[in-house]
Amino acid sequence: MQTRHSGPNPWLPRLVVAPGLALGLLFIYGLMAWNGYLSFSASRLMPNYGFVGWAQYEALLENDRFRVAMTNLAIFGPLFIGGAMALGLLLAILLDQKVRAEGVLRTIYLYPMAISFIVTGTAWKWMLNPTTGLEQVMRQWGFADFSFDWLVDPERAIYCVAIAGVWQSAGFVMALFLAALRGIDDAIIKAAQVDGASLPRIYWRIIIPSLRPVFFSTLMVVSHLAIKSFDLVMALTAGGPGYATDLPATFMYATAFTRGQIGLGAASATVMLATVAAIVVPYLYSELRPRK
Amino acid sequence: MSPARPFSRQLQRLLLLGTLLLFALYFLTPLYVMLVTSLKDADQLRSGHLLSLPSAPTLDAWSKAWQSACTGVECGGLRPFFVNSLLMVVPAVVVSTALGAINGYVLSKWRFPGSETLFALLLFGVFMPMQVVLLPMSQVLGWLGIASSIWGLIAVHVLAGIAPTTLFFRNYYVGLPDELLKAAMLDGASFWQIFRRIVLPLSGPILMVTLIWQFTSIWNDFLYGVVFSGADSKPITVGLNNLANTSSAVKEYNVDMAAALIAALPTLFVYVVAGKYFVRGLTAGAVKG
Repeated sequence: MQTRHSGPNPWLPRLVVAPGLALGLLFIYGLMAWNGYLSFSASRLMPNYGFVGWAQYEALLENDRFRVAMTNLAIFGPLFIGGAMALGLLLAILLDQKVRAEGVLRTIYLYPMAISFIVTGTAWKWMLNPTTGLEQVMRQWGFADFSFDWLVDPERAIYCVAIAGVWQSAGFVMALFLAALRGIDDAIIKAAQVDGASLPRIYWRIIIPSLRPVFFSTLMVVSHLAIKSFDLVMALTAGGPGYATDLPATFMYATAFTRGQIGLGAASATVMLATVAAIVVPYLYSELRPRK
Repeated sequence: MSPARPFSRQLQRLLLLGTLLLFALYFLTPLYVMLVTSLKDADQLRSGHLLSLPSAPTLDAWSKAWQSACTGVECGGLRPFFVNSLLMVVPAVVVSTALGAINGYVLSKWRFPGSETLFALLLFGVFMPMQVVLLPMSQVLGWLGIASSIWGLIAVHVLAGIAPTTLFFRNYYVGLPDELLKAAMLDGASFWQIFRRIVLPLSGPILMVTLIWQFTSIWNDFLYGVVFSGADSKPITVGLNNLANTSSAVKEYNVDMAAALIAALPTLFVYVVAGKYFVRGLTAGAVKG
Protein backbone atom coordinates (compact mmCIF):
# COMPACT_ATOMS: atom_id res chain seq x y z
CA MET A 1 0.00 0.00 0.00
CA GLN A 2 1.71 3.11 -1.14
CA THR A 3 -0.63 5.50 0.56
CA ARG A 4 0.49 8.64 2.24
CA HIS A 5 1.57 7.80 5.70
CA SER A 6 -1.57 8.74 7.49
CA GLY A 7 -1.63 5.78 9.81
CA PRO A 8 1.15 4.01 11.61
CA ASN A 9 4.75 5.17 11.68
CA PRO A 10 6.19 4.72 8.17
CA TRP A 11 9.56 3.69 9.54
CA LEU A 12 8.25 0.74 11.52
CA PRO A 13 7.79 -1.59 8.52
CA ARG A 14 11.27 -0.80 7.23
CA LEU A 15 12.73 -1.43 10.64
CA VAL A 16 10.87 -4.70 10.95
CA VAL A 17 11.87 -5.99 7.54
CA ALA A 18 15.48 -4.82 7.79
CA PRO A 19 17.05 -7.70 9.73
CA GLY A 20 15.45 -10.49 7.69
CA LEU A 21 16.10 -8.78 4.39
CA ALA A 22 19.63 -7.79 5.31
CA LEU A 23 20.48 -11.33 6.40
CA GLY A 24 18.99 -12.77 3.24
CA LEU A 25 20.79 -10.34 0.96
CA LEU A 26 24.08 -10.61 2.84
CA PHE A 27 23.88 -14.38 2.59
CA ILE A 28 23.44 -14.12 -1.17
CA TYR A 29 25.58 -11.17 -2.24
CA GLY A 30 27.98 -10.88 0.67
CA LEU A 31 29.07 -14.49 0.40
CA MET A 32 28.99 -14.32 -3.39
CA ALA A 33 31.46 -11.42 -3.32
CA TRP A 34 33.57 -13.17 -0.73
CA ASN A 35 33.69 -16.29 -2.87
CA GLY A 36 34.69 -14.14 -5.81
CA TYR A 37 37.47 -12.68 -3.70
CA LEU A 38 38.66 -16.16 -2.72
CA SER A 39 38.78 -17.11 -6.39
CA PHE A 40 41.35 -14.36 -6.99
CA SER A 41 43.44 -15.43 -4.01
CA ALA A 42 46.20 -17.93 -3.55
CA SER A 43 44.11 -19.99 -1.09
CA ARG A 44 44.80 -23.66 -0.94
CA LEU A 45 44.12 -25.61 2.24
CA MET A 46 43.51 -22.43 4.24
CA PRO A 47 42.19 -19.12 2.99
CA ASN A 48 45.13 -16.97 1.98
CA TYR A 49 44.24 -13.54 0.81
CA GLY A 50 47.29 -12.95 -1.31
CA PHE A 51 46.01 -11.64 -4.63
CA VAL A 52 46.90 -13.75 -7.64
CA GLY A 53 44.66 -12.25 -10.30
CA TRP A 54 43.22 -14.70 -12.81
CA ALA A 55 45.67 -17.45 -11.96
CA GLN A 56 43.02 -19.73 -10.44
CA TYR A 57 40.81 -19.35 -13.50
CA GLU A 58 43.71 -20.11 -15.79
CA ALA A 59 44.50 -23.19 -13.73
CA LEU A 60 40.84 -24.14 -13.91
CA LEU A 61 40.75 -23.99 -17.69
CA GLU A 62 43.79 -26.20 -17.88
CA ASN A 63 42.51 -28.62 -15.28
CA ASP A 64 41.67 -31.89 -16.97
CA ARG A 65 39.08 -32.83 -14.38
CA PHE A 66 37.26 -29.53 -14.84
CA ARG A 67 37.23 -30.03 -18.59
CA VAL A 68 35.65 -33.43 -18.07
CA ALA A 69 33.07 -31.81 -15.79
CA MET A 70 32.19 -29.16 -18.36
CA THR A 71 32.07 -31.72 -21.18
CA ASN A 72 29.78 -33.85 -19.05
CA LEU A 73 27.54 -30.85 -18.43
CA ALA A 74 27.40 -30.34 -22.19
CA ILE A 75 26.20 -33.96 -22.57
CA PHE A 76 24.06 -34.25 -19.48
CA GLY A 77 22.49 -30.78 -19.75
CA PRO A 78 20.79 -31.13 -23.14
CA LEU A 79 19.76 -34.73 -22.44
CA PHE A 80 18.33 -33.88 -19.03
CA ILE A 81 16.66 -30.66 -20.17
CA GLY A 82 15.39 -32.10 -23.45
CA GLY A 83 14.22 -35.34 -21.89
CA ALA A 84 12.44 -33.73 -18.97
CA MET A 85 10.81 -31.08 -21.16
CA ALA A 86 9.64 -33.55 -23.82
CA LEU A 87 8.36 -36.16 -21.39
CA GLY A 88 6.80 -33.52 -19.15
CA LEU A 89 4.99 -31.85 -22.04
CA LEU A 90 3.77 -35.19 -23.37
CA LEU A 91 2.43 -36.20 -19.96
CA ALA A 92 0.73 -32.84 -19.51
CA ILE A 93 -1.01 -33.07 -22.89
CA LEU A 94 -2.10 -36.65 -22.30
CA LEU A 95 -3.41 -35.80 -18.83
CA ASP A 96 -5.26 -32.80 -20.22
CA GLN A 97 -7.59 -35.11 -22.20
CA LYS A 98 -10.09 -35.25 -19.33
CA VAL A 99 -8.85 -38.56 -18.01
CA ARG A 100 -10.82 -40.12 -15.18
CA ALA A 101 -8.00 -41.01 -12.79
CA GLU A 102 -6.14 -37.77 -13.40
CA GLY A 103 -5.54 -36.95 -9.74
CA VAL A 104 -3.97 -40.31 -8.97
CA LEU A 105 -1.83 -40.31 -12.11
CA ARG A 106 -0.61 -36.80 -11.43
CA THR A 107 0.36 -37.78 -7.91
CA ILE A 108 2.31 -40.75 -9.27
CA TYR A 109 4.14 -38.74 -11.93
CA LEU A 110 5.20 -36.09 -9.48
CA TYR A 111 6.19 -38.04 -6.39
CA PRO A 112 9.91 -38.26 -7.28
CA MET A 113 10.16 -34.50 -6.71
CA ALA A 114 9.12 -34.99 -3.09
CA ILE A 115 12.02 -37.29 -2.27
CA SER A 116 15.72 -36.72 -2.11
CA PHE A 117 17.99 -37.34 -5.08
CA ILE A 118 20.07 -39.34 -2.65
CA VAL A 119 17.16 -41.75 -2.19
CA THR A 120 16.38 -42.09 -5.87
CA GLY A 121 20.07 -42.21 -6.72
CA THR A 122 20.51 -45.13 -4.33
CA ALA A 123 17.60 -46.94 -5.97
CA TRP A 124 18.79 -46.27 -9.52
CA LYS A 125 22.28 -47.32 -8.62
CA TRP A 126 21.00 -50.75 -7.86
CA MET A 127 18.68 -50.98 -10.85
CA LEU A 128 21.49 -49.99 -13.19
CA ASN A 129 24.04 -52.20 -11.48
CA PRO A 130 25.74 -54.20 -14.22
CA THR A 131 25.40 -57.64 -12.69
CA THR A 132 22.59 -57.64 -10.14
CA GLY A 133 20.28 -55.00 -11.62
CA LEU A 134 18.35 -54.82 -14.84
CA GLU A 135 20.79 -57.26 -16.39
CA GLN A 136 19.79 -60.02 -13.97
CA VAL A 137 16.10 -59.40 -14.64
CA MET A 138 16.52 -59.70 -18.38
CA ARG A 139 18.68 -62.80 -18.09
CA GLN A 140 16.22 -64.54 -15.81
CA TRP A 141 13.51 -63.63 -18.28
CA GLY A 142 15.39 -65.53 -20.95
CA PHE A 143 17.60 -62.94 -22.64
CA ALA A 144 20.83 -64.73 -21.75
CA ASP A 145 23.11 -62.31 -23.53
CA PHE A 146 21.55 -59.14 -22.25
CA SER A 147 24.09 -56.85 -20.74
CA PHE A 148 23.84 -53.32 -19.49
CA ASP A 149 26.97 -51.93 -17.91
CA TRP A 150 26.72 -48.22 -18.65
CA LEU A 151 27.00 -47.32 -14.98
CA VAL A 152 30.59 -48.56 -14.78
CA ASP A 153 31.53 -47.54 -18.31
CA PRO A 154 33.42 -44.23 -18.11
CA GLU A 155 32.12 -43.29 -21.56
CA ARG A 156 28.48 -44.00 -20.81
CA ALA A 157 27.95 -43.55 -17.08
CA ILE A 158 26.91 -39.94 -17.59
CA TYR A 159 23.90 -41.19 -19.60
CA CYS A 160 22.77 -43.10 -16.53
CA VAL A 161 22.80 -39.86 -14.57
CA ALA A 162 20.65 -38.29 -17.29
CA ILE A 163 18.19 -41.21 -17.25
CA ALA A 164 17.67 -40.94 -13.49
CA GLY A 165 17.51 -37.15 -13.69
CA VAL A 166 14.78 -37.18 -16.32
CA TRP A 167 12.83 -39.71 -14.31
CA GLN A 168 13.01 -37.44 -11.28
CA SER A 169 12.13 -34.15 -12.95
CA ALA A 170 9.66 -34.96 -15.74
CA GLY A 171 6.71 -34.76 -13.35
CA PHE A 172 7.74 -31.28 -12.31
CA VAL A 173 7.72 -30.10 -15.93
CA MET A 174 4.36 -31.80 -16.36
CA ALA A 175 2.94 -29.84 -13.42
CA LEU A 176 4.08 -26.53 -14.90
CA PHE A 177 2.68 -27.30 -18.36
CA LEU A 178 -0.54 -28.75 -17.02
CA ALA A 179 -1.23 -25.56 -15.07
CA ALA A 180 -0.75 -23.59 -18.28
CA LEU A 181 -2.91 -25.92 -20.36
CA ARG A 182 -5.72 -25.47 -17.86
CA GLY A 183 -5.53 -21.75 -18.48
CA ILE A 184 -6.29 -22.09 -22.20
CA ASP A 185 -9.77 -21.13 -23.21
CA ASP A 186 -11.78 -24.18 -24.31
CA ALA A 187 -13.66 -22.02 -26.79
CA ILE A 188 -10.59 -21.77 -29.02
CA ILE A 189 -10.29 -25.53 -29.21
CA LYS A 190 -14.00 -25.97 -29.86
CA ALA A 191 -13.89 -23.42 -32.66
CA ALA A 192 -10.96 -25.18 -34.30
CA GLN A 193 -12.76 -28.51 -34.01
CA VAL A 194 -15.82 -27.03 -35.68
CA ASP A 195 -13.54 -25.98 -38.51
CA GLY A 196 -12.58 -29.62 -38.89
CA ALA A 197 -9.08 -29.53 -37.44
CA SER A 198 -7.85 -32.76 -35.92
CA LEU A 199 -6.76 -32.88 -32.31
CA PRO A 200 -3.03 -33.38 -32.98
CA ARG A 201 -3.19 -30.50 -35.43
CA ILE A 202 -4.94 -28.27 -32.90
CA TYR A 203 -2.22 -29.02 -30.37
CA TRP A 204 0.61 -28.52 -32.81
CA ARG A 205 -0.70 -25.32 -34.38
CA ILE A 206 -2.65 -23.61 -31.61
CA ILE A 207 -2.09 -24.96 -28.13
CA ILE A 208 1.64 -25.63 -28.03
CA PRO A 209 2.51 -22.24 -29.58
CA SER A 210 0.34 -20.54 -26.96
CA LEU A 211 2.45 -22.22 -24.25
CA ARG A 212 5.49 -20.17 -25.26
CA PRO A 213 5.84 -18.13 -22.04
CA VAL A 214 5.50 -21.22 -19.85
CA PHE A 215 7.86 -23.06 -22.13
CA PHE A 216 10.54 -20.46 -21.56
CA SER A 217 10.09 -20.22 -17.82
CA THR A 218 10.14 -24.02 -17.56
CA LEU A 219 13.23 -24.19 -19.74
CA MET A 220 14.88 -21.66 -17.47
CA VAL A 221 14.02 -23.56 -14.30
CA VAL A 222 15.09 -26.94 -15.68
CA SER A 223 18.32 -25.53 -17.13
CA HIS A 224 19.42 -24.04 -13.85
CA LEU A 225 18.61 -27.36 -12.16
CA ALA A 226 20.89 -29.08 -14.67
CA ILE A 227 23.78 -26.77 -13.89
CA LYS A 228 23.28 -27.22 -10.15
CA SER A 229 23.00 -31.04 -10.29
CA PHE A 230 24.96 -32.45 -7.41
CA ASP A 231 23.08 -34.91 -5.20
CA LEU A 232 22.10 -37.26 -7.99
CA VAL A 233 25.67 -37.68 -9.21
CA MET A 234 26.96 -38.11 -5.67
CA ALA A 235 24.45 -40.88 -4.94
CA LEU A 236 24.54 -42.60 -8.31
CA THR A 237 28.22 -42.58 -9.25
CA ALA A 238 30.00 -40.23 -6.81
CA GLY A 239 31.54 -38.76 -9.93
CA GLY A 240 33.03 -42.10 -10.95
CA PRO A 241 34.29 -44.27 -12.45
CA GLY A 242 37.36 -42.17 -11.68
CA TYR A 243 35.98 -38.72 -12.37
CA ALA A 244 34.18 -39.70 -15.55
CA THR A 245 30.80 -38.40 -14.38
CA ASP A 246 31.92 -35.26 -12.60
CA LEU A 247 29.73 -32.22 -13.14
CA PRO A 248 30.76 -28.68 -12.16
CA ALA A 249 28.98 -29.00 -8.81
CA THR A 250 30.75 -32.21 -7.84
CA PHE A 251 34.03 -30.83 -9.14
CA MET A 252 33.62 -27.80 -6.89
CA TYR A 253 32.87 -29.95 -3.86
CA ALA A 254 35.76 -32.32 -4.46
CA THR A 255 38.24 -29.54 -5.19
CA ALA A 256 37.32 -27.26 -2.33
CA PHE A 257 36.47 -29.75 0.39
CA THR A 258 38.22 -33.03 -0.21
CA ARG A 259 41.32 -31.94 -2.13
CA GLY A 260 41.87 -28.70 -0.22
CA GLN A 261 42.21 -26.37 -3.18
CA ILE A 262 40.06 -23.52 -1.95
CA GLY A 263 41.03 -20.95 -4.57
CA LEU A 264 40.40 -23.33 -7.45
CA GLY A 265 37.10 -24.48 -5.93
CA ALA A 266 35.98 -20.88 -5.49
CA ALA A 267 36.84 -20.16 -9.12
CA SER A 268 34.74 -23.11 -10.29
CA ALA A 269 31.84 -21.92 -8.11
CA THR A 270 32.07 -18.51 -9.77
CA VAL A 271 31.94 -20.15 -13.19
CA MET A 272 28.77 -21.98 -12.13
CA LEU A 273 27.31 -18.74 -10.83
CA ALA A 274 28.05 -16.96 -14.08
CA THR A 275 26.40 -19.74 -16.09
CA VAL A 276 23.26 -19.72 -13.97
CA ALA A 277 23.14 -15.92 -13.96
CA ALA A 278 23.36 -15.84 -17.75
CA ILE A 279 20.17 -17.90 -17.88
CA VAL A 280 18.25 -16.58 -14.89
CA VAL A 281 18.95 -12.84 -14.84
CA PRO A 282 17.40 -12.05 -18.25
CA TYR A 283 14.41 -14.14 -17.26
CA LEU A 284 13.95 -12.45 -13.88
CA TYR A 285 14.44 -9.07 -15.50
CA SER A 286 11.69 -9.67 -18.03
CA GLU A 287 9.39 -11.14 -15.40
CA LEU A 288 9.78 -8.33 -12.90
CA ARG A 289 9.80 -5.44 -15.33
CA PRO A 290 6.73 -3.36 -14.55
CA ARG A 291 4.16 -3.86 -17.26
CA LYS A 292 1.96 -1.00 -18.30
CA MET B 1 -17.82 -33.75 -28.64
CA SER B 2 -19.76 -35.47 -31.40
CA PRO B 3 -20.42 -39.18 -31.05
CA ALA B 4 -19.68 -39.59 -34.76
CA ARG B 5 -17.25 -42.49 -34.66
CA PRO B 6 -17.84 -44.19 -31.33
CA PHE B 7 -15.56 -47.15 -32.02
CA SER B 8 -12.46 -45.21 -33.01
CA ARG B 9 -13.09 -42.78 -30.18
CA GLN B 10 -13.21 -45.63 -27.70
CA LEU B 11 -10.04 -47.06 -29.15
CA GLN B 12 -8.38 -43.69 -28.76
CA ARG B 13 -9.44 -43.46 -25.13
CA LEU B 14 -8.11 -46.94 -24.49
CA LEU B 15 -4.81 -46.10 -26.10
CA LEU B 16 -4.60 -42.91 -24.10
CA LEU B 17 -5.31 -44.65 -20.83
CA GLY B 18 -2.87 -47.43 -21.69
CA THR B 19 -0.08 -44.94 -22.37
CA LEU B 20 -0.79 -43.08 -19.16
CA LEU B 21 -0.73 -46.30 -17.16
CA LEU B 22 2.52 -47.34 -18.81
CA PHE B 23 4.10 -44.09 -17.67
CA ALA B 24 2.69 -44.59 -14.20
CA LEU B 25 4.47 -47.96 -14.13
CA TYR B 26 7.69 -46.30 -15.26
CA PHE B 27 7.51 -43.80 -12.42
CA LEU B 28 6.49 -46.37 -9.83
CA THR B 29 9.08 -49.00 -10.71
CA PRO B 30 11.94 -47.59 -8.61
CA LEU B 31 9.63 -47.29 -5.60
CA TYR B 32 8.42 -50.84 -6.16
CA VAL B 33 11.98 -52.10 -6.46
CA MET B 34 12.94 -50.36 -3.23
CA LEU B 35 9.97 -51.82 -1.42
CA VAL B 36 10.25 -55.45 -2.55
CA THR B 37 14.01 -55.46 -2.14
CA SER B 38 13.82 -54.08 1.38
CA LEU B 39 11.57 -57.02 2.34
CA LYS B 40 14.00 -59.71 1.16
CA ASP B 41 16.83 -61.40 2.99
CA ALA B 42 20.23 -62.19 1.51
CA ASP B 43 19.14 -65.55 0.07
CA GLN B 44 16.09 -64.16 -1.67
CA LEU B 45 18.24 -61.34 -2.96
CA ARG B 46 20.56 -63.82 -4.63
CA SER B 47 17.93 -66.17 -6.02
CA GLY B 48 15.47 -63.57 -7.27
CA HIS B 49 15.88 -60.41 -9.29
CA LEU B 50 14.99 -56.73 -9.03
CA LEU B 51 11.32 -57.14 -9.75
CA SER B 52 10.57 -60.50 -8.14
CA LEU B 53 8.36 -60.49 -5.07
CA PRO B 54 9.94 -61.62 -1.82
CA SER B 55 9.14 -65.31 -1.24
CA ALA B 56 9.25 -64.85 2.54
CA PRO B 57 8.92 -61.15 3.40
CA THR B 58 10.98 -60.06 6.38
CA LEU B 59 11.65 -56.76 8.10
CA ASP B 60 15.24 -57.70 9.00
CA ALA B 61 16.69 -55.31 6.45
CA TRP B 62 14.58 -52.49 7.87
CA SER B 63 15.72 -53.10 11.43
CA LYS B 64 19.31 -53.41 10.30
CA ALA B 65 19.08 -50.17 8.31
CA TRP B 66 17.55 -48.44 11.31
CA GLN B 67 19.86 -49.57 14.08
CA SER B 68 22.91 -51.56 13.06
CA ALA B 69 23.97 -50.93 9.48
CA CYS B 70 27.43 -49.44 8.99
CA THR B 71 27.76 -45.92 7.70
CA GLY B 72 31.51 -45.80 7.40
CA VAL B 73 33.21 -46.74 10.65
CA GLU B 74 30.12 -46.33 12.82
CA CYS B 75 27.60 -49.13 12.83
CA GLY B 76 24.55 -47.64 14.48
CA GLY B 77 22.21 -47.57 11.52
CA LEU B 78 20.31 -44.54 10.34
CA ARG B 79 18.63 -43.71 13.64
CA PRO B 80 21.11 -41.06 14.84
CA PHE B 81 21.00 -39.37 11.42
CA PHE B 82 17.22 -39.40 11.45
CA VAL B 83 17.22 -37.72 14.85
CA ASN B 84 19.73 -35.11 13.62
CA SER B 85 17.51 -34.32 10.67
CA LEU B 86 14.49 -33.90 12.94
CA LEU B 87 16.41 -31.61 15.29
CA MET B 88 17.56 -29.59 12.32
CA VAL B 89 14.40 -29.42 10.28
CA VAL B 90 11.93 -28.23 12.90
CA PRO B 91 13.64 -24.99 14.02
CA ALA B 92 14.93 -24.24 10.51
CA VAL B 93 11.46 -24.53 8.98
CA VAL B 94 9.74 -22.49 11.69
CA VAL B 95 12.25 -19.63 11.70
CA SER B 96 12.61 -19.34 7.93
CA THR B 97 8.84 -19.41 7.49
CA ALA B 98 8.33 -16.69 10.11
CA LEU B 99 10.97 -14.48 8.49
CA GLY B 100 9.40 -15.04 5.09
CA ALA B 101 5.94 -14.09 6.35
CA ILE B 102 7.16 -10.80 7.81
CA ASN B 103 9.29 -9.95 4.79
CA GLY B 104 6.43 -10.79 2.48
CA TYR B 105 3.98 -8.68 4.51
CA VAL B 106 6.18 -5.59 4.34
CA LEU B 107 7.27 -6.06 0.72
CA SER B 108 3.68 -6.39 -0.47
CA LYS B 109 1.67 -4.12 1.81
CA TRP B 110 4.15 -1.58 3.14
CA ARG B 111 6.25 -0.90 0.10
CA PHE B 112 8.86 1.79 0.41
CA PRO B 113 11.18 3.36 -2.16
CA GLY B 114 13.54 0.63 -3.33
CA SER B 115 11.59 -2.26 -1.82
CA GLU B 116 10.78 -3.75 -5.22
CA THR B 117 14.45 -3.69 -6.14
CA LEU B 118 15.37 -5.39 -2.89
CA PHE B 119 12.79 -8.06 -3.62
CA ALA B 120 14.17 -8.62 -7.12
CA LEU B 121 17.67 -8.93 -5.69
CA LEU B 122 16.46 -11.42 -3.12
CA LEU B 123 14.70 -13.44 -5.80
CA PHE B 124 18.01 -14.36 -7.40
CA GLY B 125 18.74 -16.29 -4.21
CA VAL B 126 16.11 -18.85 -5.22
CA PHE B 127 18.06 -19.75 -8.33
CA MET B 128 21.72 -19.17 -7.58
CA PRO B 129 24.03 -22.18 -7.31
CA MET B 130 24.71 -22.59 -3.62
CA GLN B 131 28.29 -23.61 -4.36
CA VAL B 132 29.23 -19.93 -4.18
CA VAL B 133 28.26 -19.69 -0.50
CA LEU B 134 29.91 -22.90 0.68
CA LEU B 135 33.47 -21.71 1.23
CA PRO B 136 32.72 -18.32 2.85
CA MET B 137 29.91 -19.81 4.92
CA SER B 138 32.13 -22.49 6.41
CA GLN B 139 34.39 -19.70 7.59
CA VAL B 140 31.49 -17.70 9.02
CA LEU B 141 30.24 -20.74 10.88
CA GLY B 142 33.72 -21.22 12.27
CA TRP B 143 33.83 -17.65 13.56
CA LEU B 144 30.42 -18.05 15.14
CA GLY B 145 31.62 -21.22 16.81
CA ILE B 146 28.86 -23.36 15.31
CA ALA B 147 30.83 -25.13 12.58
CA SER B 148 30.16 -28.87 12.29
CA SER B 149 27.10 -28.61 14.52
CA ILE B 150 23.37 -28.89 14.08
CA TRP B 151 23.15 -25.19 14.99
CA GLY B 152 25.35 -24.37 12.04
CA LEU B 153 23.12 -26.37 9.71
CA ILE B 154 20.03 -24.66 11.11
CA ALA B 155 21.62 -21.26 10.53
CA VAL B 156 22.48 -22.07 6.90
CA HIS B 157 19.03 -23.45 6.15
CA VAL B 158 17.36 -20.40 7.70
CA LEU B 159 19.53 -18.00 5.70
CA ALA B 160 19.09 -19.92 2.46
CA GLY B 161 15.36 -20.17 3.15
CA ILE B 162 14.73 -16.43 3.36
CA ALA B 163 14.60 -16.02 -0.43
CA PRO B 164 12.01 -18.70 -1.24
CA THR B 165 9.81 -18.04 1.81
CA THR B 166 9.77 -14.30 1.12
CA LEU B 167 8.84 -15.03 -2.49
CA PHE B 168 5.94 -17.26 -1.45
CA PHE B 169 4.46 -14.86 1.09
CA ARG B 170 5.05 -11.70 -0.89
CA ASN B 171 3.34 -13.08 -3.98
CA TYR B 172 0.42 -14.35 -1.93
CA TYR B 173 -0.05 -11.14 0.05
CA VAL B 174 0.00 -9.05 -3.13
CA GLY B 175 -3.31 -10.72 -3.90
CA LEU B 176 -4.97 -9.62 -0.66
CA PRO B 177 -7.15 -6.55 -1.29
CA ASP B 178 -5.59 -3.33 -0.06
CA GLU B 179 -9.02 -2.05 0.98
CA LEU B 180 -9.04 -4.53 3.83
CA LEU B 181 -5.93 -2.98 5.29
CA LYS B 182 -6.99 0.58 4.60
CA ALA B 183 -10.21 0.06 6.49
CA ALA B 184 -8.32 -1.37 9.44
CA MET B 185 -5.91 1.54 9.37
CA LEU B 186 -8.75 4.04 9.45
CA ASP B 187 -9.93 2.25 12.56
CA GLY B 188 -6.53 2.99 14.03
CA ALA B 189 -5.06 -0.51 13.77
CA SER B 190 -1.26 -0.63 13.98
CA PHE B 191 1.23 -2.39 11.72
CA TRP B 192 1.33 -5.45 13.96
CA GLN B 193 -2.40 -5.46 14.67
CA ILE B 194 -3.13 -5.55 10.96
CA PHE B 195 -0.69 -8.42 10.54
CA ARG B 196 -2.09 -10.42 13.47
CA ARG B 197 -5.80 -9.80 13.03
CA ILE B 198 -6.20 -9.50 9.27
CA VAL B 199 -3.25 -10.86 7.31
CA LEU B 200 -2.31 -13.85 9.41
CA PRO B 201 -5.82 -15.33 9.60
CA LEU B 202 -5.93 -15.19 5.78
CA SER B 203 -2.54 -16.88 5.42
CA GLY B 204 -3.62 -20.51 5.93
CA PRO B 205 -2.91 -21.84 2.43
CA ILE B 206 0.39 -20.04 1.93
CA LEU B 207 1.57 -21.10 5.38
CA MET B 208 0.92 -24.70 4.38
CA VAL B 209 2.73 -24.24 1.07
CA THR B 210 5.75 -22.65 2.72
CA LEU B 211 5.97 -25.06 5.65
CA ILE B 212 5.76 -28.06 3.35
CA TRP B 213 8.20 -26.58 0.85
CA GLN B 214 10.75 -25.77 3.50
CA PHE B 215 10.31 -29.10 5.24
CA THR B 216 10.78 -31.02 2.00
CA SER B 217 13.80 -29.10 0.80
CA ILE B 218 15.58 -29.05 4.15
CA TRP B 219 14.90 -32.73 4.85
CA ASN B 220 16.13 -33.65 1.38
CA ASP B 221 19.14 -31.36 1.39
CA PHE B 222 22.47 -33.06 0.84
CA LEU B 223 24.85 -30.27 -0.15
CA TYR B 224 24.82 -28.30 3.11
CA GLY B 225 24.60 -31.52 5.06
CA VAL B 226 27.73 -32.98 3.56
CA VAL B 227 29.71 -29.72 3.73
CA PHE B 228 28.74 -28.23 7.07
CA SER B 229 28.00 -31.16 9.36
CA GLY B 230 30.39 -32.77 11.80
CA ALA B 231 30.64 -36.34 13.00
CA ASP B 232 27.64 -35.99 15.33
CA SER B 233 25.43 -33.74 13.24
CA LYS B 234 25.12 -35.47 9.89
CA PRO B 235 21.58 -35.39 8.48
CA ILE B 236 19.73 -38.38 7.10
CA THR B 237 20.70 -37.85 3.46
CA VAL B 238 24.40 -37.94 4.37
CA GLY B 239 23.79 -41.00 6.53
CA LEU B 240 22.04 -42.77 3.67
CA ASN B 241 24.75 -41.88 1.20
CA ASN B 242 27.45 -43.13 3.58
CA LEU B 243 25.52 -46.31 4.21
CA ALA B 244 25.02 -47.00 0.52
CA ASN B 245 28.68 -46.31 -0.24
CA THR B 246 30.16 -48.30 2.62
CA SER B 247 31.90 -51.18 1.00
CA SER B 248 31.48 -54.57 2.54
CA ALA B 249 32.26 -58.08 1.39
CA VAL B 250 28.71 -58.64 0.16
CA LYS B 251 26.68 -55.63 -0.90
CA GLU B 252 23.43 -55.70 1.05
CA TYR B 253 21.08 -54.02 -1.34
CA ASN B 254 18.09 -54.96 0.79
CA VAL B 255 19.51 -52.85 3.64
CA ASP B 256 20.32 -50.02 1.23
CA MET B 257 16.76 -49.99 -0.07
CA ALA B 258 15.25 -50.10 3.41
CA ALA B 259 17.50 -47.20 4.39
CA ALA B 260 16.49 -45.25 1.28
CA LEU B 261 12.83 -45.76 2.16
CA ILE B 262 13.41 -44.67 5.76
CA ALA B 263 15.01 -41.47 4.46
CA ALA B 264 12.15 -40.91 2.03
CA LEU B 265 9.22 -41.72 4.32
CA PRO B 266 8.74 -38.34 6.06
CA THR B 267 8.59 -36.29 2.86
CA LEU B 268 6.69 -38.99 1.01
CA PHE B 269 4.11 -38.99 3.80
CA VAL B 270 3.75 -35.22 3.65
CA TYR B 271 3.44 -35.42 -0.14
CA VAL B 272 0.68 -38.01 -0.02
CA VAL B 273 -1.23 -36.15 2.71
CA ALA B 274 -0.79 -32.60 1.42
CA GLY B 275 0.47 -32.96 -2.15
CA LYS B 276 -1.71 -30.11 -3.35
CA TYR B 277 0.31 -27.61 -1.33
CA PHE B 278 3.60 -29.13 -2.36
CA VAL B 279 2.74 -28.80 -6.04
CA ARG B 280 1.72 -25.20 -5.50
CA GLY B 281 5.12 -24.49 -3.97
CA LEU B 282 6.88 -26.20 -6.86
CA THR B 283 5.10 -24.15 -9.47
CA ALA B 284 5.30 -20.89 -7.50
CA GLY B 285 9.05 -20.74 -7.98
CA ALA B 286 8.67 -20.52 -11.72
CA VAL B 287 5.78 -18.09 -11.90
CA LYS B 288 5.84 -14.39 -11.46
CA GLY B 289 3.79 -12.75 -8.74
